Amino acid sequence: MQYTITVNGVPHSVDIDGETPVLWVLRDTLDLKGTKFGCGAAQCGACTVHLNGLPIRSCQMPIAAVGDAAITTIEAIGQTKVGQHVQAAWIDLDVPQCGYCQAGQIMSATALLTRVPAPTDHDINEAMSGNVCRCATYTRIRAAIKRAAEAGRA
Amino acid sequence: MLNRRNFLRASLAVGGGMLLSARIPLGAYAATLGKASPDAVSLNAYVRIAPDGKITITAKNPECGQGIKIMLPMLIAEELDVAWADVQIEQADLDPRYPAQIAGGSQATPVNWLPLRQVGAAGRQMLIAAAAAEWNAPATDCTTSPGQVLHAASGRSLSYGELATKAATLPVPNLKTVPLKDPKTFNIIGKPTRNIEVPRIVTGQPMFGIDVSVPGMLYAVFQKCDVHGGKLIGSNVAAIRTLPGVRAAFEVKGGKDLHGLLDGVAVVADSWWQANRARQQLEITWDEGDIAGQSSSDFAATANRMAAGNPEIILRRDGDVNAGFGKATHVLEAAYHYPFLSHIDLEPQNCTASFADGKVEIWAPTQNPAPGSKLVAATLGIRESAIKVHMVRAGGGFGRRLSNDYMVEAAWISKVAGAPVKLLWTREDDMRHDFYRPAGYHFFKGGLDADGNLVALSDHFVTFSLDGAVANSADMGPAEYPARMIENLEFGASLIPLRAPTGPMRAPRSNGLGFAFQSFLDELAHAAGKDPVAFALNILGKPRLLPDPPGPRAGPGFDTGRMAGVIKLVAEKSGWGKEKLPSGTGMGLAYYFSHLGYFAEVVKATVSGAGAITVDKVWVAGDIGSQIINPLNAENQAQGAALDGIGAALGQAVLIDGGKVVQGNFDTVLPLRMRQAPPVEVHFLVTDHPPTGLGEPALPPALPALANAIFAATGKRIRSLPLKDHDLSTTA
Repeated sequence: MQYTITVNGVPHSVDIDGETPVLWVLRDTLDLKGTKFGCGAAQCGACTVHLNGLPIRSCQMPIAAVGDAAITTIEAIGQTKVGQHVQAAWIDLDVPQCGYCQAGQIMSATALLTRVPAPTDHDINEAMSGNVCRCATYTRIRAAIKRAAEAGRA
Repeated sequence: MLNRRNFLRASLAVGGGMLLSARIPLGAYAATLGKASPDAVSLNAYVRIAPDGKITITAKNPECGQGIKIMLPMLIAEELDVAWADVQIEQADLDPRYPAQIAGGSQATPVNWLPLRQVGAAGRQMLIAAAAAEWNAPATDCTTSPGQVLHAASGRSLSYGELATKAATLPVPNLKTVPLKDPKTFNIIGKPTRNIEVPRIVTGQPMFGIDVSVPGMLYAVFQKCDVHGGKLIGSNVAAIRTLPGVRAAFEVKGGKDLHGLLDGVAVVADSWWQANRARQQLEITWDEGDIAGQSSSDFAATANRMAAGNPEIILRRDGDVNAGFGKATHVLEAAYHYPFLSHIDLEPQNCTASFADGKVEIWAPTQNPAPGSKLVAATLGIRESAIKVHMVRAGGGFGRRLSNDYMVEAAWISKVAGAPVKLLWTREDDMRHDFYRPAGYHFFKGGLDADGNLVALSDHFVTFSLDGAVANSADMGPAEYPARMIENLEFGASLIPLRAPTGPMRAPRSNGLGFAFQSFLDELAHAAGKDPVAFALNILGKPRLLPDPPGPRAGPGFDTGRMAGVIKLVAEKSGWGKEKLPSGTGMGLAYYFSHLGYFAEVVKATVSGAGAITVDKVWVAGDIGSQIINPLNAENQAQGAALDGIGAALGQAVLIDGGKVVQGNFDTVLPLRMRQAPPVEVHFLVTDHPPTGLGEPALPPALPALANAIFAATGKRIRSLPLKDHDLSTTA
């Protein structure tokens, strides 16, 4: 079936089974490979994207359910001020080890900071605990979120 | 020109400039490990200096998050004396000229520390010689500053780029005698250096194995028998071929080697989603053989039965352990257990392969490409020269990607399908077809004298065998701590036959043994009425080097002074014993030597009345020698390793039932999450020893330090993992 979805501000028309999760449309149809597959069950957060600015697990969202909602992925998150601050903080504090989860972490962190510009540790725990980092770079992810929050206030 | 003695070669680079390549016997590595030189083994390094002054250094090892792609070039760039900003790093493919292309055993630092610096230093000396010839001045009057040669007397300078083409024609120096920098003058080594890949990671650029795309590529899934090694009898594969998007579906008859190609059904489709959808319609009949009789509950019963008898194998015997127990004023017995674990790399196993005209090109996120190439050659019946393996960044390794089963599967499926394929496993495939960290059972007995000294210790270790031999990574050596420090000691082992595959996982053996031994030693300290720090320092005694017993894993020995040093440091930094902790909060100590690194850790934890565990903080003290090469990454690795241990201790176990792994996803094997992750404070004790690796040794103490903290907090002794299976509640 034919679906038109808006990804990073650009409408894309795809002919695909409506049950196909957004994750696979992004990765294998639209060749946007920044969004990652980790569990296929909304357990790890590696596939996090924004749907109208809210973080969702794209492995659980069928393309037929997207409708007119705007999808934003890691490839375009740097077009927002908050996204830029988050990316800069991640680079500055040298957060990643393997790096595989970090796109999802950044999408969740950006959504958090957009909603809560000065998050507490509790806010960070609540917003980020759906994103697994197998290398356990949590200490630096937390510090980078606080660094990005500071940059947002400057 | 080529100097045959030290295998350093300089040549003109394509497009001008100098190309340095080195082939160095691993004498330095051997010396670090205290072993005889493995003279057939050599290392290589490639450095290109372009006329515009840009330096390109080849990163020869696989990268899976340990930061090696940055660290090895740092060693060369330092001695070459160039600005780090001018260095570009290129990932090497699997190449027979690089024999040590492996990410494992925390070996890259000790292996490469001297040889790669020597390569850089030799390049610098040739650039100086080129400048000296240009100026007709003695080379000894010339110096370098990053990227240029200077002649102070005349105030002249020439950039490396200007000199490179000339330098390429000069004789190469002897690597063994080339002068190295005084570490006090290092500009790159020892400086916090950011990972150059991070800008690509945070913008979502394709760089992992799963991101590989080649023209005409199809997507594949592979259904194997969840009972490890089960044989395929039949399937409805013909019906699968008619499903949407499916281009090919076929049965695969594999062998018996659990590391190789196994029986299964491959489904190849236009998209991965379609392939995996079609797979869900598969109906397969398996011959599960006698394997299906295996279960974790039976293992536990068998271990208890074996513990009642004598060990099948004696691993070590010092003094007379029974006489020691007879003389002891207090004898303590305890049984410890740790479970099977899955590596849970966040990027599920995958591989892209393109087979055509008898040749295969492979893109593999592997820690260990060379055996993979051999496996593919043997299975497909082609020569290794017909195989090209590209090493692709891996989304975590932790030892799982030392095996190359996904590589041979992708190559086989590509060959049969007649198209390039990307094989991608599901999370469930990954968790159910792992090479598990083996479970273990330890039956300890310890004897204390009237002064609280540990005078006798025995361990009956019940572990696993595969095909009659000790299972991979399920063994224990005769040097296991505290052997060599206890007068009367006996280690024995008995083996339960196992049919599930096991293998190395970050800090193999140590990750389980450390929990069991360090927890029991804490128990003994408390039984002796001693502070665990004092008890540990008493066992270690005066600083001395205890040589390793001969054997395949004999290393440079155990330095009691280095171990004591990190215990004292972690006690100081954590405020051990200084603070009155609130009820329900406790601190635990553990220490462990593995992969040439000495680590001591303190965990502070709180247990609520309802039994919920909060890990408040972790302090890590490590001694990995004279130089922390990249402090920025060293801190990250040590924090990650300690938290890896905490996560495993809290929520991870793999159970086998009917020959199958029960767990399949992150709802049952619980990875550590943000809300559980405490701050981790890392301190390094710099000592006058060769630098050693950091991927692994910070992990083992974390688990027992947490278990010991829970004892301090609650009085409940944790003798099995994971903690999620314990009821720690104190309120009714």
